[in-house]
Amino acid sequence: MNIPENLRYATSHEWILVEGDTGTVGITDHAQAELTDIVFAEPPAIGKSLKAGDVAAVVESVKAASDIYAPVSGEVIERNEAIEADPSLLNTDPFGAGWIFKIRIADAAELASLKDAAAYREQIGA
Amino acid sequence: MRTPLFDQHLAIGGRMVEFAGWEMPIQYSGILHEHKAVREACGVFDISHMGEFFVSGIGATAWLDGLLTNNLNALPLGHAQYTILLNERGGVIDDLIAYRLEEEKYFLIVNASKIPEDSAWLSQHAVPGVIFEDRSNDFAALAIQGPQAATVFEKLFQRPMPAERNRVEEIESGRSFIATTGYTGEAGFEWVMPANEATTAWQAALHAGATPCGLGARDTLRLEMCYPLNGSDLSPDRTPLEAGLGFFVDLKKPAFTGRDALLAQKASIFPHKLCALRVLDKAPPVRPHYKVYVNGEPVTETTSGALSPSLGYGIAMAYLPPAYSDIGQMVDIEVRDRRFRAQVVKKPFYKKP
Repeated sequence: MNIPENLRYATSHEWILVEGDTGTVGITDHAQAELTDIVFAEPPAIGKSLKAGDVAAVVESVKAASDIYAPVSGEVIERNEAIEADPSLLNTDPFGAGWIFKIRIADAAELASLKDAAAYREQIGA
Repeated sequence: MRTPLFDQHLAIGGRMVEFAGWEMPIQYSGILHEHKAVREACGVFDISHMGEFFVSGIGATAWLDGLLTNNLNALPLGHAQYTILLNERGGVIDDLIAYRLEEEKYFLIVNASKIPEDSAWLSQHAVPGVIFEDRSNDFAALAIQGPQAATVFEKLFQRPMPAERNRVEEIESGRSFIATTGYTGEAGFEWVMPANEATTAWQAALHAGATPCGLGARDTLRLEMCYPLNGSDLSPDRTPLEAGLGFFVDLKKPAFTGRDALLAQKASIFPHKLCALRVLDKAPPVRPHYKVYVNGEPVTETTSGALSPSLGYGIAMAYLPPAYSDIGQMVDIEVRDRRFRAQVVKKPFYKKP
C-alpha cells in the first residue's frame, strides 16, 4: 500500500499536498482500493468555499457513491477536469493524475490535526 | 449462509457482501474487469446460493403447468425453459428455469432469495402422485459464461459443449447436470453438482481459463440484457405482462395460477410497463429507487440501474405508466437533487457486435 511521506492525511482517507498556502487534495491508495472501480467523479466548483469536514466532491464506483471531504477549510481554486473525463485515474494514480481539487488554505493551523504518513499507516493497519 | 466455495472466494481476494442471506463475493479483481472477461472471454460465477428443486411422478407436467406461466407440454426432453411462478393476483412470486429431465421429471433452478417462499408455495399446492423436493442444500452450482465458454467446457469435460442453447444433460443421474443456460447474454453453461464437489469444479474452471466473477458483474451483465432481477424488477404486485415477459406466459393454457388476473389485465390498459431507460446526459451512475420524472412530475422510480460497462452510458429500468412507455419517450432521472435526461429505448441495451 503506497502512503507517500510528504503528504498529510485525513481520517476519512483524503490526502493533502501543501505547497505554500495551496493544498492539492485527493484520495489515498487505500481508499481507491476500497472503493473499487471508480466510474464517476465530480470535483467541486472553483470558488466554492469549504470548511474542514465539508463534502467537497463525490466519487462513485459501480456499486456505491462516496463523499469526499475537505481536509482543511478554504476556497477551491482548481478542479481536476481530467478525472471527470476519465474517473479511472483515481484508481490508477490516486496520488498523481487522480488528484481532485486544489484549495487555498484558510488556516494553516488546521493542518496540525491531520495525520502524517506513519499515523495514517497505523489507522489503516498497513 | 455460506456456499461450499466460501473459502475459495476468500483465498483469491473475493470481497464478500450479504445477498439474500448469503455471504457472496461482489467482486474479486474488479467489476469492470470481470464484466469485460464475460463479454470478451469467459467468466465463472458461484451460483450455489440458488435453489434446486425436483418435481417428478405421474402428473408432474400437468401439475407444474397449473402453477407456471410457460407451457411445459411444448418443452422437449433435455430442454430448458424460462418460466414464472405467480400468485392468484398474477403477481410474480419468482422467475425460474425449468429443465425437463424426463417425461415426468423436472429440475428447477430458483432465486436464492425466494427458496423458502417458492418451496412453501409448491408444498401448499401439492397433489397426490407428484413428488416435490427442495434439494437446494445438496447442490453447488457454477455459471461459466462468455464467448470462450466452449473452450473451458472442452477442457473440463473432454468433449464439445452442446451447441444448442437451453439444453440440459444429466452427467450422473440425479447428481450433476450441465445446462446451456445463463444470465449474462453470452454463450455458456451452468454446471450443477453435489456440494462436496464444488471446490474441485471451481478450481478446474479457473485452471481452464475462466475469470472468477462476482455478483457485481453478474448484475451489470444481466441489466445490459434487460434480464429482470426478482425483488428489484419483479414483485408480487407486478404481473409478467407489466414486466414485458408476455413471451413466457402462455395464456392459451386452460388454467394456471394467476391466469384470470392476467386475462383481466390484458383486456384493460396495463397500469405500468417495465421500460428500458438510456441516460442521455453525462450523469452519475443511476441506481435502483431513483425518482423518474416526466414533464417535471414524478411518475415512478427506477427498479435497477447502472453505468453500463459495455456501452459506457447509464442504463436503468423502471415501470412507466402507459402514456409514457413508448420507445423514444423522454424522462428525467433524479440523482442527488439533480435531474438527468433519459429516453425509453428498445430492449435489450446490449446487442452482440
